[in-house]
Order: sequence, then C-alpha cells, then structure tokens
Amino acid sequence: MASMCKEGVCLHAEKISKIYPGTKALDNVDFDLLTGKVNVLIGENGAGKSTLMKMIAGIEQPSEGKLYMGDEEVYFKDTTEARKHGIGIIHQELNLFPNLPVYQNIFMAKEKKQGLKLDNKYHREKAEEVLKKLEHPIPVDTLVGDLRVGQQQMIEIARNLVDDDLKVLIMDEPTSSLSEQEVQVLFKIMRELTAQGISIVYISHRLEEIMQIGDHVTILRDGKYVSDADVKDIDVPWIVKQMTGEGKSYPKRDRGIEWDKQETVLEVKDLTLPKSGGGYLLNKVNFDLKKGEILGIYGLMGAGRTEVFECIMGLRPEHTGDIILEGEKLNIKSVAGQIEKGFALVPEDRQREGLVQTMDIGRNCSLSALTTYTKGGFVDFKLENEMVEKEIKDIHIKVADKRLPILSLSGGNQQKVVIGKGVLTNPKILLMDEPSRGIDIGAKTEVFDIINKYAEEGLSIIVISSELKEIISIADRVVVLSNGIKTDELVGDEIQEEALVLASYKGHHTN
Amino acid sequence: MSTNKNESNNKLMMTLLKGRTFIVLIVLLIFFSIAADNFLSMNTALLIGKHVALYGILAIGMTYVIITGGIDLSVGAVVGLAGMIAGGLIQKGLTLKIFGVTVYFSVPLIVLITLLVGALIGVLNGLIITKFSVAPFIATLGTMYVCRGFANLHSNGATYSQLKGHEALGNQGFGFLGSNVAGIPVGLIILAIMAVFFEIILKKTSFGWHVFSIGGNEKAAKLSGVKVDKVKILVYMISGICAAMVGMITSSQLAASHPATGESWEMNAIASAVLGGTSMAGGVGAIGGTIVGAFVIGVINDGMVMCGVSEFWQMVIKGVVIVLAVIIDQFQRNLQAKMALKARNESK
Repeated sequence: MASMCKEGVCLHAEKISKIYPGTKALDNVDFDLLTGKVNVLIGENGAGKSTLMKMIAGIEQPSEGKLYMGDEEVYFKDTTEARKHGIGIIHQELNLFPNLPVYQNIFMAKEKKQGLKLDNKYHREKAEEVLKKLEHPIPVDTLVGDLRVGQQQMIEIARNLVDDDLKVLIMDEPTSSLSEQEVQVLFKIMRELTAQGISIVYISHRLEEIMQIGDHVTILRDGKYVSDADVKDIDVPWIVKQMTGEGKSYPKRDRGIEWDKQETVLEVKDLTLPKSGGGYLLNKVNFDLKKGEILGIYGLMGAGRTEVFECIMGLRPEHTGDIILEGEKLNIKSVAGQIEKGFALVPEDRQREGLVQTMDIGRNCSLSALTTYTKGGFVDFKLENEMVEKEIKDIHIKVADKRLPILSLSGGNQQKVVIGKGVLTNPKILLMDEPSRGIDIGAKTEVFDIINKYAEEGLSIIVISSELKEIISIADRVVVLSNGIKTDELVGDEIQEEALVLASYKGHHTN
Repeated sequence: MSTNKNESNNKLMMTLLKGRTFIVLIVLLIFFSIAADNFLSMNTALLIGKHVALYGILAIGMTYVIITGGIDLSVGAVVGLAGMIAGGLIQKGLTLKIFGVTVYFSVPLIVLITLLVGALIGVLNGLIITKFSVAPFIATLGTMYVCRGFANLHSNGATYSQLKGHEALGNQGFGFLGSNVAGIPVGLIILAIMAVFFEIILKKTSFGWHVFSIGGNEKAAKLSGVKVDKVKILVYMISGICAAMVGMITSSQLAASHPATGESWEMNAIASAVLGGTSMAGGVGAIGGTIVGAFVIGVINDGMVMCGVSEFWQMVIKGVVIVLAVIIDQFQRNLQAKMALKARNESK
C-alpha cells in the first residue's frame, strides 16, 4: 500500500520521529508541504520545527518515518541528495564564508566551470542579477565579513535562488536580523517564488509576519503535531493559544511618570562616527536618558543603532561628540573602563558576543562583575556564589545546576544569563541590543518583564529593537535613527507603528 | 529503563575519558616494567623525574597560552638563551665597557636576571600579538629564531662548561638547581611548587578565569570588560618565565650551557598540554592534566630508550600517541556536547 502525496502536496512527511540520546525531538509528526504556498511552521523554541526541517533538507535523518515527494519515497542521506531533489534551506544561523567575496559565497559548491577553469564572469554576472532581484545591489566583490547581518542574510537567500531547479525553499527565521524594509523585500520575493510554483517553508517567531505572508500554518509543541489551518481562517491569538496552550500577549505599559522632573543620567551630544570610505555611520546624534527610563532606539538595519552602543562602550575610539554621565563628560578609553563607570551591554549576537561557550552557566553570569568579587586577586567563591544564585533567582533563569555548560540552556535562558551578567556589575545604564532576538514568545515576555522590573527599580535602560510591536510595548520614549541621523523622537502616545516606520526612512531622503 | 542504562554508560565512559591520560601513564609504566629489565629502579625514576621536570615546567606556561587560544613556539629557544645567559654570567660575568669593569653576580641574582629576561621575551611576544595583531604562531616563530640566534651569538656557538663558579667571585652554587634534595631532583620540586602555584592562580583568581574566558570567546570576554590585551601579555610572560626556569635547571643538571639546548622542546610542551586535556581551540585545560601529560611524554621517551628502540621509531610512536590523544579528546567533547543537549531537552 503505497503512501504518496495528495493533490497539491509537494512533499509529505509521514510519522517522523527523531530520537536524540535521552530525548525525542520529534514524535510521530505528519506534515504536508503544499505546492506553491508559504507553509508556516510555528512553535516555541524546542518544539521541533528546526529538527523537522533538518530532516527534509537532509541535514539529519529521521529515526523513524518516511518522506515522500510526488509518488515516490525519498531518503536524503545528506544535503547534496536533498538539493538534487530541489530542496534548499536558509539556516537560522548564517552559514557563510566571511573570508570570501559575495559571488564566491553565492556559488560555493555549485561553481560553473569551463574545463578546470572557473567561469567567474558568469558567477559575477549571475550574482549581480540575483542581488538586484533582491533589491540589494551589493558589490559582488565585497567580502561577506564586511557586510552587516541583514545584508548577509540576503546573500544566504541569494545562494538558494541561483539554483534553477529549486522546488522547496526552507527559511528558518530569515527575518530575525532584517529591518522592516528588508522584510518587505523578502516577502515580495517569496510571493514571486510561490507564483513560480516553488513551495516555501517559513519558520518565524514574528506572528504579525506570519499573518501577512503565510498561506498555511502548522503548529508543533514539544515535538508533537498540534494543529494546522489556513491562515485566512485564523488569527494571532489562536496561534499563540495553540503554541503555548494558553493565551499570552505582550504586557502593556503605562507608568505614569513625569519624565521632565526625573534626573538626567546620560546625555549624548553631537555623537558622530565617520564611515570608512566617506560619509557617516552616525551624524550629530543627540539624546538623553532619564533615571529609570526605558529609551527605545528604532531604525532600519544600518541606521547606526548598534554603533551608538559601540561608541558608548568604548569600541569606537574614533567617534567625536560628548557622552556625559551624570553631568560629567566621559573620557572613554576601554570597555572595561566603561563597565567600571556604570555601563553594561547586552550585545546583539548572543553566541558570538555574549557567551563564553566553554564556561558554565554560573561563570558566564559572574564574568563581568568578577573583579569586584575578589580579594587580592583571589575570587571570593562564597560571595560569587551568592551573587550568581541571587541573580539566577531574580531573573528566573530556569537552571537545575549552575555548573552545567551554558549551551545546555535554551536560547531564552541563555539570553537571561547575558542580561544577568550585565546587571551583576550594578550598572547605572543598561544597553540592550535586540534583547529578544531569536527567542520564543514565552521567553520574550519574560525578558520584557525583566526590563520593566529593573526600570522600576531605577535602572536606566536603552533598548534597540527592530520589532515595532516590541518597542512600542516596552519603551517610554523612542529615538528613531535613519542613515546615521536622528530623525524623530517619540514619547508616550506618539509611539505608533506608522510614525516609527515613517521616521525610519527619513534619513535617506535628506541625503 | 534503557535510557537509564544509557545514561550510566555515558557517565562511566566520561569518567574513563577524563582519566584517560592517567590510565595511559599507568599502562605505559606496566608495559616498560616488563619490556625493559632495569626500568623499575630508583635510578630510572630519578632520570625520568629530571626530564619530566623540564617538559613539565615548560608545559605549565604553554597550558596558560593554549587556554587563551594561543601558542608559544619560542619557549625552546628561550630555554637555550636562558641557559646561555646564566652560564655566561657565571663564567664571564657582565663586562661594562664604559667603566672598563667586569661584574660577577651571586647565583640568586643570576637566577633573578635570567627569569627577568624570560619574562621580558614573553612580554615582547604578548605585545607583538596584542598591539600589532600578529598571529601567535607567527609572532612566537619569529622570537624563536631571534632567541636561538642570540643564544648562539652569546658564545659564538660555543658551550659554557664547568659552571661551578669561583669562590673568590662568590658565584658558586649554581649546581643546586640540578641536584637532588633528600633523593628528589630539585627540578621536580620546582615543578611541583610551580604546578600548585599556577593551578591555584588558574582556578582561584579572577585573572585565571579571565584566561579561560578569552580562549572560550575573546569577543564576549572583551565586551564583558575583561582586559584582554593585558591578560594575554601576562600569559606569554608566564610562559617566558617558565622557559627561563627550565633553561637554568637544564644547564645546572649538565653543569654546562649549550646554545642548541631546548631545540624542539616547545613540541614536547605542547604535546604534554594536549595529552593532559588542554584544547588547542582554547578555553579548556588544567595544570594537573598537563603534568600527567608531561609524565607520559617523559616515560615514553626514556622507556623507549631503555628498550633500545631507535630514535627514529621513538619519533613515530610519539607522533601516533599525540594524534590519538587529540582524537580521544574530540570524542570526549562530542559526548559532552551530546550530554549537554540532553540536559537542555530534559529541562523543557
């Protein structure tokens, strides 16, 4: 009795299970991939979305269950095999070669050759063509390592688009580092692809996006299939309910504080950062921060948001302008010096900049504050222990034993460790760069709770976010950057999606 | 049920893997006791101990360097140079041409000066690596040649022999470093003291933790406020000091300084650290393991000599042992990662 794909189904997964030592990542999951549709896969971190996609892309093989394409059963022993069947994947974590130029990245392992000689003319032209289609005409000889994360994401997408026989494109959180504008470009491309009959699997944590782009939704929870539905028949609360088993939404903010009467903790005056090769990454940016305030910085990718933090933390010694902490103009020398003065940074890229993967949970937590727990160079273990325990409890890091490796934690809990590390230095100002990037809704809400809690306690916080709904719900005031220029500053009820989006494009017109 | 069994299997495997170098050491000792007639004797133990002291002390510094994700190829040459400096100061003294006098220092002062030179070379390595962003491999390859060159220049390639000093000059007693106290080689005692000292620094001080953090993720360490450059410079300084110490011990053991001493010893030091579980990728390592690793290298070297294995075969076998060690190390890491993943899934 041959099982096969139904009408309009391009790939059928039947009773797929994946067993890792001691755990079932996937449990008897059935999944139909609809031809020419955007198939959305939703679930909290650890629900099994990425695992299921790894089976389909040939990165890992199912422990049980079968895959069918058309009338035949298929088995992908590796990605090459899956690619032969027209399946491409864009990974959550970028898989690019930062040391190589754009066109080589795009054609890596699918080089066109004339005899032994590489046809680089073809590579360059085709790469240019694809990037133009993606509305990102990046010079193809640029090193990928020199590109911003958003641009790198586009290269990853371009890599899959040069395949002629592409049938299925799996996108695992492709928008997590894209700006609103870039996301819209991506959606346009996705529509073009589906119109050509290409089936897309789309994994995202951003529910509003799913409602906009998705055709059909499948929800997983704890490695099991929960439900599926056409997007037109459902709404966001329904999805959230299916995912978590209960209704959840972002907390609303109304603090009722008269900010004018609050003391100013930080003033940034005429902050300017020249760009190598002319122009400015930041051009005379001014803003201030009150005690206990949550200031949002919104902007598109490349607007200069992260650079503001880099200047404040001492990573950009070439900047000009004044940074004034509690009335005192700072002479910024090093990161260590800035931390001593009362700044703490939660960096954008958790894995690359936030965590030391070889150290355990507790030590990651205490790393920044460690020198304050020492007596004559020796670590006071009792004190260190106490402080870490307290912090773990304070921000609800779910951990059985703090001596476990940091990577044994889920993404959300890892992020809490990074936040805890910053808070343990007793900062006056906490700088958070995309604090909710790549973590599930449950953890996001918890991170927001943490931010609110510390703000209530009087900590002044600056949050960078590219998610509109997030920044609206969390910030007391929002500074909008566009092309290195501050284009708007919104307070209270002025903080609206339209106003933010509008301001985020302004900087490009004035130049 | 089966997962429980699996788990305990994994745990047993882990314990065996973690103690692997020690197990290898014991197996080697048993093997050579059977294979070589006079292996199990006090004399052999003393001989191996003297050699292990040299590799072990070098490997302590190397372990620090490797934990930060670096490498120090200059240590062998620093051994040679340190020996020549100490030997030269004893035999020729220091001639100050401007004053037209030659100064002879007492032995403790000579030891101090030599250690200082080692420290300076280490600091130089650290400065080149941090301030000029030169890869550690290249920076220390360069200083390796420079130091070896100076070691030869010091005597024009000749050996300083009979390093006894003169009573009249008050510089006798250099032989102490190579002698035995209560039947134990002084080098081995120095090794023990340094091992304990540097293990404590590594595990109990914020400096030690910072060393680990740099090797684990340098960028995250920097953003966490770790003074990366300063820590790195100190680490290469420690390596330089260790090398200078070894240079003096070996000169004292031989009562002579030869400029070629210590050639390719950096490889023994690296091998000891790696055998002891230090990860070349950085972020992982311990002095205890390194010392066991140094004993393994020492026992293999001397054991094979006593079995009459040719020098050429010794190289082959040493190479195989090192590669095997790294393969097993990788295996352990994979198992550890698997167990971490499992813990993560269970906590959901």
